[in-house]
Amino acid sequence: MTIVVVGAGPAGVNAAVTAARAGKDVLLIDSAARIGGQYHRQSFRAKEIRVAHERVRHLPDTTVWAIEDNRLHLTGSRVVTAEKLILATGAYDRTLPFPGWDLPGVYTAGAAQAMAKGQGIALGRNVIVAGTGPFLLPVASSLLDVGAKVRVFEANSPSHRWLREPTALFAGRRKLLELTRYAKVARHYRERTAVIAAHGDDRVREVTVAELDDNWNPLRQKRIAVDAVCVGYGFVPQLELAIAAGCRLSDGFVAVDEQQRTSVPWIFAAGEITGVGGADLAADEGVIAGAAAAGVQLGLTVDRRFADALTRVYAVKDGWKSWLTDDTIICRCERVTRHRLQEATGRGATATRAVKLASRAGLGPCQGRICGATVADLLDLDPTTFARRPIATPIPLGDLAANPVEEQ
Amino acid sequence: MNVTINGEPATVEPGRTIAAVVPNVGVFCAIGVCHGCLVTVNDVPDVRACQRVLREGDEVITR
Repeated sequence: MTIVVVGAGPAGVNAAVTAARAGKDVLLIDSAARIGGQYHRQSFRAKEIRVAHERVRHLPDTTVWAIEDNRLHLTGSRVVTAEKLILATGAYDRTLPFPGWDLPGVYTAGAAQAMAKGQGIALGRNVIVAGTGPFLLPVASSLLDVGAKVRVFEANSPSHRWLREPTALFAGRRKLLELTRYAKVARHYRERTAVIAAHGDDRVREVTVAELDDNWNPLRQKRIAVDAVCVGYGFVPQLELAIAAGCRLSDGFVAVDEQQRTSVPWIFAAGEITGVGGADLAADEGVIAGAAAAGVQLGLTVDRRFADALTRVYAVKDGWKSWLTDDTIICRCERVTRHRLQEATGRGATATRAVKLASRAGLGPCQGRICGATVADLLDLDPTTFARRPIATPIPLGDLAANPVEEQ
Repeated sequence: MNVTINGEPATVEPGRTIAAVVPNVGVFCAIGVCHGCLVTVNDVPDVRACQRVLREGDEVITR
């Protein structure tokens, strides 16, 4: 019986190593080929960085697709029995829809980061990074590193807004210092500005860029020629395993105590699924979760003041809904427009399940991962209801039918 | 390393993902979430091009 950690980003790796140092055998499961997660993504050209602890076994290219009691079902027809489980499944970019966002050449901000850091590829030569949050800066920086021309449009006005958060600013002073690393981005950076439409026939050629008011309603607009747009409006936590295991949620994230314990006694959670706060906070939470799962109390607590302020400074404002038209795609997989979504609610569909069945939004291959937050926001639904998936990731039918092999 | 893409032979650097070498494959998130870049690899359908690192002899068919 081992401690199983799901996710090998900053939270998961620190949890695994800490539990191993406390004398436990640890199985570290991750869907990527190498550890690091999204933040510490390794370049395919660099020598691989591995977990250097003999008690940690890393299972790469593996996804946990279901939890039944304390048995985890893994891709490749394998199962593993966990004594303790640490969920560190992270988060992915939230994107907001706008007319033309379904054109080739429109990507998430994370896509630009992943392709630049992991594969050394710029998604375009002339790129706009748009959205909100400090993550836009490292994305732009990575794009500059791989030779792209970059402009960054931040929809909020953080340079003023942070002044109203003195306590959080002090708590996050090291984090802010880190942001000075992205000084080279500064002259390509504008606030209160967003991409509100993309134009092109076969792919994006131009975008409409708008100055925004405080609520993100468009003011002055102009068209700019681009060959790629990368959009990120914060993050969506990957909650499906936590939900499937019955962990209690709070404000859209997994609820944990100061020891990173969830409401399910043998399950711990760390990192962005417990609240978005960046890699350093995730790593700290991972250490605490790893120790707690191994039965060790470190007597440490994390400082969430900076993370809490991030959600206030970089909040998504309702004005984005005015960027949409009737035929703007909401669900990319099933090509559901805003009009079709409204028709479905007009026919009386109000709960998430009914909305999905009536409109088909969220029923495609991504299972609502991309459109869930948008649909929830448009129809005033609980976004976490889109993460209720009995099978956490699409798997081949063969995996479901096969007699699974016990891992270790 | 040698692979074929839609029947055409191609030489790729080891460690490359399918998304890195096949243009216009439908990449949106590039981290395995959006399932926009599904391709068929060695007759296995619905493989995410952004996640799949190419291996010697792979036969990739895009939609």
